[in-house]
Amino acid sequence: MIMGSNTAECHPVGFQWVIEAKERGAKIIHVDPRFTRTSALADLHVPLRAGTDIAFLGGIINYIIENGRWFDEYVKTYTNAPVIIKEEFKDTEDLDGFFSGFVEEDGLYDVTSWSYAGTEERAGADKREQGAEVSGEQSHGAHGIDLKRGDPPEMDESLQDPRCVFQIVRRHFSRYTPEVVEQICAISKEDFLEVAEALCANSGRERTSAFAYAVGWTQHTVGVQYIRAASIIQLLLGNIGRPGGGILALRGHANIQGSTDIPTLFNILPSYIPMPHPEGHGNLEEFVENNRPTTGVWGELRSYTVSLLKAWWGDAATEENDFCFDYVPRIDGDHSNYTTMVRMLDGEVKGFFVVGENPAVGSANGKLNRKAMASLDWLVVRDLVEIETASFWRDSPEIETGELRTENIGTEVFFLPAAAHTEKDGCFTNTQRLLQWHEKAVDPPGDCRSDLHFFYHLGRRIQEKLRRSRKRRDRAIKELTWGYPTQGPHADPDADAILQEINGFDSDGNHISKYQELESDGSTSCGSWLHAGIYKDGVNQPARRRPRTEQDWVAREWGWAWPADTRILYNRASADPEGKPWSERKRYVWWDEEQGEWTGRDHPDTGKPDKPPDYRPGRTDKKGVPALRGDTPFIAHPDGRGWLYVPAGLVDGPLPVHYEPHESPFENPLYGQQQNPLRQRFDRDANPYNPTAGQPGAGVYPYVLTSYRLTEHHTAGGMSRTLSYLSELQPELFCEVSPELAAERNLEHRAWATIVTSRTAIEARVMVTERMKPLPSERGIVHQVGVPYHWGGRGLAKGDVVNDLFSLALDPNVHIQEVKAATCDIIPGRRPRGEALPEFVASYRMRAVAGTKQSPPEPAAEAHESRETGYGSEEERL
Amino acid sequence: MSGRVIETSAWPDTYGEEARPRVGFFTDSSVCIGCKACEVACKEWNEVPADPLGFTGESYDNSGDLGANRWRHVAFIEQRVPVDGVAEAAPDSWVEEAARQQLVEHGLDAHDDGSGFRWLMSSDVCKHCTEAACLDVCPTGSLFRTEFGTVVVQEDICNGCGYCVVACPFGVLDQREDDGRVWKCTLCYDRLRDDMEPACAQACPTDSIQFGTLDELHERADRRLAQLHERGHHDARLYGRDPGDGVGGFGAFFLLLDEPEVYGLPPDPVATTRRLGRNWAAAAGAAVALAAGVAASFIGGRG
Repeated sequence: MIMGSNTAECHPVGFQWVIEAKERGAKIIHVDPRFTRTSALADLHVPLRAGTDIAFLGGIINYIIENGRWFDEYVKTYTNAPVIIKEEFKDTEDLDGFFSGFVEEDGLYDVTSWSYAGTEERAGADKREQGAEVSGEQSHGAHGIDLKRGDPPEMDESLQDPRCVFQIVRRHFSRYTPEVVEQICAISKEDFLEVAEALCANSGRERTSAFAYAVGWTQHTVGVQYIRAASIIQLLLGNIGRPGGGILALRGHANIQGSTDIPTLFNILPSYIPMPHPEGHGNLEEFVENNRPTTGVWGELRSYTVSLLKAWWGDAATEENDFCFDYVPRIDGDHSNYTTMVRMLDGEVKGFFVVGENPAVGSANGKLNRKAMASLDWLVVRDLVEIETASFWRDSPEIETGELRTENIGTEVFFLPAAAHTEKDGCFTNTQRLLQWHEKAVDPPGDCRSDLHFFYHLGRRIQEKLRRSRKRRDRAIKELTWGYPTQGPHADPDADAILQEINGFDSDGNHISKYQELESDGSTSCGSWLHAGIYKDGVNQPARRRPRTEQDWVAREWGWAWPADTRILYNRASADPEGKPWSERKRYVWWDEEQGEWTGRDHPDTGKPDKPPDYRPGRTDKKGVPALRGDTPFIAHPDGRGWLYVPAGLVDGPLPVHYEPHESPFENPLYGQQQNPLRQRFDRDANPYNPTAGQPGAGVYPYVLTSYRLTEHHTAGGMSRTLSYLSELQPELFCEVSPELAAERNLEHRAWATIVTSRTAIEARVMVTERMKPLPSERGIVHQVGVPYHWGGRGLAKGDVVNDLFSLALDPNVHIQEVKAATCDIIPGRRPRGEALPEFVASYRMRAVAGTKQSPPEPAAEAHESRETGYGSEEERL
Repeated sequence: MSGRVIETSAWPDTYGEEARPRVGFFTDSSVCIGCKACEVACKEWNEVPADPLGFTGESYDNSGDLGANRWRHVAFIEQRVPVDGVAEAAPDSWVEEAARQQLVEHGLDAHDDGSGFRWLMSSDVCKHCTEAACLDVCPTGSLFRTEFGTVVVQEDICNGCGYCVVACPFGVLDQREDDGRVWKCTLCYDRLRDDMEPACAQACPTDSIQFGTLDELHERADRRLAQLHERGHHDARLYGRDPGDGVGGFGAFFLLLDEPEVYGLPPDPVATTRRLGRNWAAAAGAAVALAAGVAASFIGGRG
């Protein structure tokens, strides 16, 4: 199932494996609002309305349950289906789109009513911390659950109790019938049933099905819940932890997985350890107590944290000073990307490092981002070419309109050229947690340096400047272990040495070989516990390249996967509760009774290799993996079970709910609550919203707007629009509309169109195509406008910035922008220039505020087509 | 050397022991994802200049055509195929099960409402014909047949006369505007001599472009075609496989999912030089007839 992803388009090289699977008999199903290059190779394409994936997936959950198609033994033992939930819990079915515990004045849920019956609340789950905006990544469901010996206190193994998770899930999705799916998703019942049946028929003991998703799922105000819905399906069908199953999050850039594992994210430390807060995390012990479920792999949080602190502060970190825990900065709230940009706009952020990103083009509400950067004191941009973010002060769209004037921008901009991946050592982490080391092939030209070089020498210079400081606050930097060996004429830090620090060492200086060896007494160091073992036996494991022709299909000697070189996570689930494979065909890891240990094709992900399937924790086994039974595969969870229902860890609900996108021409037929009540909004002048369905003026922006990618270009264009060979393949920004929409709005194929939202208006060439589908609805036909987002004002292939159209409306768990479904208007002709542009946009907003539904204005300018050969039409800027 | 591979005019004879097995491409468009890695890899390896056309609006094809500056070209065809007995479905009506079955029989898959819709993609290239008209007409000997049975232009000899441009039945050859000479796919002759496969074949992620000896490619293609027919894709066919066709079979042949015209390819290409003998004979006959007529008009009755 490829859904929320256009895999052939965006992962063309990875797609060869989808083709390979197809050639071996796999059925490829592509569910996507547009017919794309992936759909062209799929066996079935289902064109659902953008923003309705939860309705579709919920319909599948309903189908599975109502038709008795779940994998019973798997569900009963490996998931929390039998667990009884607190009596106080109320579902969206009871509260018309809300769960119990919504606190109106805070706009947040008090999640205590969602918990397992019989569990106590923990300090971490209270409102105070919610107010500090704990995000999804750092919760791991750690809060709110304290289980003795890993077993939920109350369960009904027969799955009949009305308060057990299974029955709650059933009731929650009971109205997601095929008819409702047809109505909400604007697809045929037949297509939906074909997909549901195909999934069910291809799951079970003998067969498994896989999902692949990408930003088509994450870039929504309910993005995390989309993925949750797929998790429920895959757990019900018994597809997690088994070969050929699973949910593949197709990461985007070459190392975006690496950048979340050893994170560049504001709220987590390496390997998903939460950042400490000022409240409740005064010292290391408090931090561990308030974050840790005692059971499962997170039971060893103290070991992971102390080892990390030892890696960072070395000998300076001792038992006496709490291992320098005091040196770790605290977060006091939401410092995510867009929140920070808004504060930047308000003058509260003075400096900004932008490394390998182009927010002037890639971030939603581009104008807000560019204006924010104009409020900085200083900006450092590191990239391969001078991207729009580095040059905004002289050529952003706001310079053209006069909303910004170069001479008034006080930001001091430093552009530092970066080295490409061929010009440095390092590694990438891909979708399957697989790390592959790459070696430097050539020296970077001129002044180009790697990011590692930059940050290492920046840190070194800051340390030097602080050398004579006696201030206590400077010790955190002064005492950092920073003496990495360097090489070459430019003193490049040795990436391999850093990899070893990430792996970790014991007190004898030997390399750690797995995370279970980490201690909490300061005798071990480890830069990232999930990566412990990456330098096992003194070998750079991710550099291994034994050809697959010399190995079995698991190919464990190519690269290295975290944790502990586990290729399929939770693979305990590939064997039944007694430790035998579910079938010969799907044999993967199993319990060897004679040897008294787990064995198989992969590293057995059981936490403890000699833990038998019939192991039951004793009265004193209260901590870590030994507190979990031998038949629970999901060892990262405190109960060892896969969660159909999430008792704690997500801010917007234990179960996914179909909510409409923040801007939608459709009303939610299921609930009075139209959109995700927890979605993150920024209600301010710089971020105006289109009225949504049901609000006056919604008809001013009557079409669904969606944005996406093309194979030929790469993200915000810095690496593709600057190259002639790629620029000539897709030289100009274009929009895609159906023939019916073209007729309705007088759009001519290959001519220009202007797309308008409350934020701005952009122009694009028109591609009339039947790959865009009109959406039937009860009120008539609703059209979709699609735009690929790669263009900006620099490079060979230039064009308007598509993300300027979108607002800041974010998923509340992970603060990701909703750019996959919004609303817009579209009219023929090129857009106004200069001051006339913001005036034009404002006139639309006024019509929306007035609640009128007049016909749209006349085309802004003469639709002259100055088409020359070359990358596209140029027009003199005013 | 396999006897099954058709010999060309100059290969393997003129090479004797230096002749290598005849190689070529089998381009299986049924697995093409339209990524254009082939276009880019070719340009990078052969230092072919960029030649932007701007936004053409021809689906996702902004490359236009094979030419002097484009030696691999990916075609995109968006096709709506009405199915017998089913009118173009109105947006809110749904197709019957029987009509769906018809779609399958037509080899159409991945479709949603009513009629069949598909997006065909295929990477076009110089065919390296067995009977290469371009080779036949080249007056300078710039175009020649390599030891691999491929057809290559030698840029240091080409005088830009343009005869080959009109001779090619596919319109592959073209002259560079700023330069006057003809440039085309070399089947990466330089890479072949180092035992490497052509750049496009190496870059293609789905193995749509397959490189190998022609006899092996023929076998693979025949198997693939049988497989597709078995799966219900009855429109699938091989183009350029048949040594009996108008150019003696292609060195670079294709699997297509519809008529060649749909892809912008000539349905029945014939080497334009095949008729040369007859053309000259016809001209000679006309000349003789003319002379005879003139003579007759003078010899005949006077007075």
